[in-house]
Parts: sequence; C-alpha cells; structure tokens
Amino acid sequence: MTVRLARILSSVAAVLLTAACATTYEIPIETPIRPTLDVSAFQRVLVAGFVAGGSEDVDGNLETTRLLRSQLRNKSALRVIDADALPLMSVATEGRGEAPPVKEEKDLDAYSNVFANVEYWKRIGEEYQQPLIVTGTVLFVPQQRNSIVQREEEVYDSFGRRRVVPVRTYMERKGFMLSPRFIFIDGRTGTVMHSTTAREEILYNANQATPALSSYFELMDRVLPTFLSTLSSQKIKGTRVLLQ
Amino acid sequence: MPYRALLVAVLVVLASAPAFADARSDARKQVEFGILVAQKGLWREAIYRWERATQLDPTYAAAHNNLAVAYEHEGDLEKARGAYEKAIELEPGNAQIKQNYELFREINDRTTRKDSQ
Repeated sequence: MTVRLARILSSVAAVLLTAACATTYEIPIETPIRPTLDVSAFQRVLVAGFVAGGSEDVDGNLETTRLLRSQLRNKSALRVIDADALPLMSVATEGRGEAPPVKEEKDLDAYSNVFANVEYWKRIGEEYQQPLIVTGTVLFVPQQRNSIVQREEEVYDSFGRRRVVPVRTYMERKGFMLSPRFIFIDGRTGTVMHSTTAREEILYNANQATPALSSYFELMDRVLPTFLSTLSSQKIKGTRVLLQ
Repeated sequence: MPYRALLVAVLVVLASAPAFADARSDARKQVEFGILVAQKGLWREAIYRWERATQLDPTYAAAHNNLAVAYEHEGDLEKARGAYEKAIELEPGNAQIKQNYELFREINDRTTRKDSQ
C-alpha cells in the first residue's frame, strides 16, 4: 500500500513539476492572407480614376491612379491596362454645370452617383475588354491641430549629470489626412463588387516644412496593404511563442 | 461515514493520477517533437504532432497554443482562432498564450474587416 501511494504521489509531483518548468521558443511565422475579393474571373485590371479633392498641391486622381497601377504591376497577377485616368468628376456632373470642388468629406456626396452608374461602367468595361475596374474617391486634406505632445528633453543636474526627461508641451501641429475609398467594379456587368475605405493622418511640428506630395506618399504607403490584400494574397511576417 | 466517502474520493483522484501523468508525458513528447520540426520549417508535420498531443491530453494548453500558431502559419485562421481560444480557456492566466492570441487577432481582424457592397 505504501509503495503504491509513493508511486501515485511521485506521478502527481512529476505532473506538477512539468507544468512548472514550461519552456518557451520564439519562432518566426508568415501568415498567408487570402485576397478579400475573388478576381479569378479577370485577367486585366483598369485603374480608371478617382473623384479626388482636398489639398490643391496634390492631384489625387492622377497620383492615386499612377501609384495603384505601379503597385498592381509589381504585386498582382493581373495585367494592368494603361489608359488616361477618367475625369470622373465631370462624368458625375454631366449636364449639371461645373463640377463643385471637393474640400471636405461631405462634398464627395455630389459624386457618389457615378459609381452606381451601371451603364457607364459597363460601357467602360466593353471598351477595355471587360476588366476588373478600380475606382473610388480620394480625399487628401491639410490638417492643423494644437495639442499637448510629449517629447524628450535633456536636463543636467547640479553635478553635471545628464538625464532625459519627458516634457509635455502645447504645440501647434500641421499635416495631412488621407481618406481613400477604393471601389471594385465588375467590367462585365458594370456593378460594384466590393468597396473598402481607409483613413490615415500624419502631423508634423508647425515649423517643419514637409511637401504635400511626400506626405501623400507616406500616407498611401500605410493604406496600400489594405488595397493590395483585396486583390492578391499577402504574407504577414511575425513571431509567436511555442510552449512545451 | 462522511470521512470514508471523502477518503474514497481522494483515492479515486489519486489513482487516476498515473494515467493522467502518462497521457501528459506522451503528449509532451509529441509537443517537443512538433517544436523541433516546426523550427526546421516542417509545419505540416508539426501540426500532426500537436494534433496528436491534444488528442492524448485535451487539457494540455501548450499543445493547443502551438497548434494555433501552426494553423496561423498555414493560413487556416478559423482553426487557429479555435485552438487559441481552447488554450486560453485551459490556461486563462498564461501571458504568452494571450500575447500570441492578441497578435493573431490583429491579423485576423484586418482580413475580416470589410465593407463590401
């Protein structure tokens, strides 16, 4: 009986000891992400153009069209059609006089009808042999905000020892906000298949002169993974912990 | 009388301990081998080993965690979520499992966030 009890107790102790000595291993992984949209029916993609507004320093229509085409050429299996960007703002307001400028988000409402114009997109699709059509809106707006920011400051005590301390200061900051909406249209039917939105902002110290175009590209860089993951598979690198 | 019942209960629990220890020990061997092959990039073999470990000992949180990592690496995000949730259910206080799960959710949320029409 004593021997049996000793065996049982040693087994329990072994289990507890095992649990207590868990070893960990950090391991790199690559998570493959399937595209959100099934584009297997298309061989070609037409980045048609965008309804764009906000800053006058950047032509959101031309720059976005150019950038997306170059990204799709490098990172998607679809053949990218080279064509002039469509003047969608004029198309949307055809017969209604001059297209009102887009300064803020609500101004885009005046143009939303163009994306639902099935006949128009079907015609464009026929013209380019029924590709996948990428279009949408791009708002790139200057931002100015006064806020309390934390920065690090060097201080020296009476013994001359250097220390870095966080200092909170009230600062004027300037920058840009980018809010694109990507719309994917089936060039065979002219109907919207999918749409995705993003919003990114960047702020600099007011005395820092950063060109609008460089901010635009910096913000687009953040948005591009979302856009590309709609059309092509991606791999996201990371690390995880394996346990023993 | 109540003491006798208590004694019987304690003995039943203790008697099952060797079987539990054996299952955990076998599962642990599978987990160790799984880690070894995963480190060499043989993730499918690792999945096989960790699935075996969870069958041998369904209460082994580390096996479920590792399985979740492997599913994630293979792009099977639904299975990964299930395995992470099981691991957390078994060991709610394990910070490493929670950290893995948080990182997983970041990716998973990104892929499921859409406003399609």
